[in-house]
Order: sequence, then C-alpha cells, then structure tokens
Amino acid sequence: MLRKIVVFFIIITGYLLQCTVFQKISLGGTVPNILIIITSSFGFMRGKKAGLLIGFISGMLIDVFYGDILGFYALIYMGIGYINGFFKRLFYPEDIILPLILISGSELFYCFSAYVFLFLLRSRFHFSFYFVKIILPEIVYTVLVTLIFYKAILWVNEKLEIRERRSASKFV
Amino acid sequence: MSRMRIKKSKFSIPSKYILLVMTVLCIFMMVLTFTTDVITGPLESVSGYVVIPFQKGINEVGMWLTSRSDNIKRMNELLVENAELQSAVDEMSLEMNLLQQDKYELSRLRELYQLDEQYGSYTKIGARVIGMDPGNWFSIFLIDKGTKDGIQINQNVIAGSGLVGRIVEVGPNWATVKSIIDDSSNVSAMVLSTSDTLIVSGDLELMNDGIIGFEQLKDEDDFVAEGDQLVTSRISDIYLPGLTVGYITEVHKDPNNLTKSGYLTPAVDFKHLDTVLVILELKQTVE
Repeated sequence: MLRKIVVFFIIITGYLLQCTVFQKISLGGTVPNILIIITSSFGFMRGKKAGLLIGFISGMLIDVFYGDILGFYALIYMGIGYINGFFKRLFYPEDIILPLILISGSELFYCFSAYVFLFLLRSRFHFSFYFVKIILPEIVYTVLVTLIFYKAILWVNEKLEIRERRSASKFV
Repeated sequence: MSRMRIKKSKFSIPSKYILLVMTVLCIFMMVLTFTTDVITGPLESVSGYVVIPFQKGINEVGMWLTSRSDNIKRMNELLVENAELQSAVDEMSLEMNLLQQDKYELSRLRELYQLDEQYGSYTKIGARVIGMDPGNWFSIFLIDKGTKDGIQINQNVIAGSGLVGRIVEVGPNWATVKSIIDDSSNVSAMVLSTSDTLIVSGDLELMNDGIIGFEQLKDEDDFVAEGDQLVTSRISDIYLPGLTVGYITEVHKDPNNLTKSGYLTPAVDFKHLDTVLVILELKQTVE
C-alpha cells in the first residue's frame, strides 16, 4: 500500500515538474520527458506488470489534460513500461549503462510513435527536420536529466524494498 | 515462506493478459472519445480537482522565485535604462500630442460610421497560464479558469491585442488552450487593408523561428505586401472577426500561379505568455 502511494506521488511530481518547472528551464524549447524516465525505470526495476500500470497512469495524465484522444499516450507509455519489464533479469542497481540505454531507447520509441501517429498521418513528411530539431534534443536532454532523476528513483525503490522485506519477514 | 509463494502465485494474473486488457481498454477509450464525449467529462473534473491545486501552487512558488532573481539582476540595467527612457519620454510626449489629435478625429469618425464594434465591446475574463504541454510536439497550455467562470469550448483567447488561440478542453476549474502556432491549428484570417481571406496554419517547423505560415491568399493585383496586418476573418466558424493575428513578413506566389502563400509574425509573444484574456462570447453559427 505504501509503495502504491509513493509511486503515485512520484508520478504526479514528475508530471507537475514537466509541465511547470522544466518548461521554465527548457533548453531551446525542449523539455525533458520525466514521465518516460519514471515509466521506464520502474519497468526494468519492478517488472512488466508494474511498468505497464505506471505507464498507463502517466500516459493517462497527459491524455486527460493535453491529449486530443483519450488513451493514445496511455497506450504508448503502457507499451514502453511493458517492454522495459523484459529487462528486469539484466538489471543491477549498481549498473548505470543499462538504464541509460533503456531510457533513451524508450524515448526514441515514444518520439517515433508520436511522429508517425500525430504527424506523418497528417502528411508531414519532413522526417529529418523533426528528428534533428525535436527528437534528438529531447533524447539528449532526457538522458542528462536521467543521470539525476534515476538515482532518486533508485534510492526510493531500494528504501521501499528494504521496508517490504522487513515487514514480510515479520509476518513469517 | 513457501506457503506465501503459493498464495501469491494464486493471486497474480500473467502480465500479458493485463497488457491485453489494458490495450483493449485504451483502444476502446480512443474510439469512444473520437465519436462521443461520454467519459471525458467526469474523468476530467476528477483529475482537475486532484492536479490543478498542485499546479497552481508550484507555479506561484516558481513565479515568486523568478521575480526575486529578476529583481536583483535588473537593478543595474534599470539605472541605465532610466536615463535612456527619460530622453525617450520627451520625444514621445511630442508625438503624443499629435496622436491625441488624431485620436479625437478618429473617435468622431467612428461615431459617425458606427464602427466601434472593436473588441473593446466583448466581455472578457483574465486567466493565468499554469502549465504547458509536457511534450515537445504541440503547443497547448493550461489556464486556471473553467466552466465555473463561464468558459466554454471554442471561445477565443487573446493576449494584449493579438489572438492566442481557442479553448479546446474545459474542466470545472481549468481549461486548455490550443495556440495558433500549434501544428494542428488553422485560422481563417484576412488582410486588413484589402479584406482578402487566407488560411493561417501553425507549423512545428517554423515555430522556433517565431513565425507561422499562411496560404490560399487570392491577390491577383499584388496589393498585399510585407508588413500588412492580418486579422481574423468574418467567415471563420470559431474566431470572432477583427482580432489581430499578426503581420506579414513574406509573400510569394504558389506554383499554381493563382494563390499566394508566405509567412507572418504573430502579434503575441508565445514564448513569454503568463496571462491571457478569454473572450466569453462565442461566434454566432448556424444551428
């Protein structure tokens, strides 16, 4: 129960930061995608099911306030959380390379699907422009923010796991 | 420990089934929102009450911090600026007198022709921008007024004297505005001097240069030139007539030799929007 509350709080905080504070410190109009960092890192830390649900909630938040169609971002984020869950077996808390690769991969997947479904289908064919001006800056900035944000998420997750282990052993 | 494991495995559903169910749910919602607006209403009001207070709070803290740091930074600049401005004021006051005379003349003429249906007569409500689209693809933003303050979908939003966009979604205490520079936005506008209509469409490719594109301008006699003012047209479904959109920076002929297209600079500074005005009147349409 505590985990659920804490995770929900993290998602809301990430969403609010992305909508307000990071808009003010955006580099060249680019905002890092914190919700992807949260979805992806809980995906490979906690497995497919957690990634899927957290992705769904994150996507839904965007959908409700800023999306044209309800459920579109939820579907993309959910897919990202689920796919990241496959890498739980390879995950070690000390390793930073795998999270960086996975988060930038997720970011690429997110941007690419946003381009295809929201722009390409409206006959915006100038992919090289969107790649260089929108997708690439977003990935780079997100990876930079990951270095800080991921550590925080990892720390919270470890604290939660220690607590859960302690209470589980108490019951047995 | 082993008993717990058995108990746990009984409870858990394989994640691929959850994925399947949730995917179907998402697609179902997409279809539902595309065709009706059954679920958006309640969901939006609930989440509005959860998230909006936080957003307002963060925004206020942020504004306070930026204003503090700005104050210190600007002190020195202000001293220099003050001297410059003083000389500008002298110049301006001379100009002012001339303008004042023009203004009296104008108001007399306006009365004469009963042309005072400018947007001074619309009832407006001020709102604060409290959040921006979290992605980098669209330019939609959130304001802190909603249905409680009389805001409805498709009402026009202005800032200063220029058109900002229109309301696309509304909750009890919030609303989202799609700006005219958004990639999926189109505005029917006209050239103020010649009344030729054209379509202003936002474009992500041009957004960073601070300009937007227009097209379908019919101007056989080459009357339209750079610097001409564009206002919303009378034939638009959504936008009230006569709101300033921007000024033309470039016109060129289309390959079809019939129409013209080009670029314009919007009248509003979209990078530094913090307060906007929502016009509470809706454009009259045929029911």
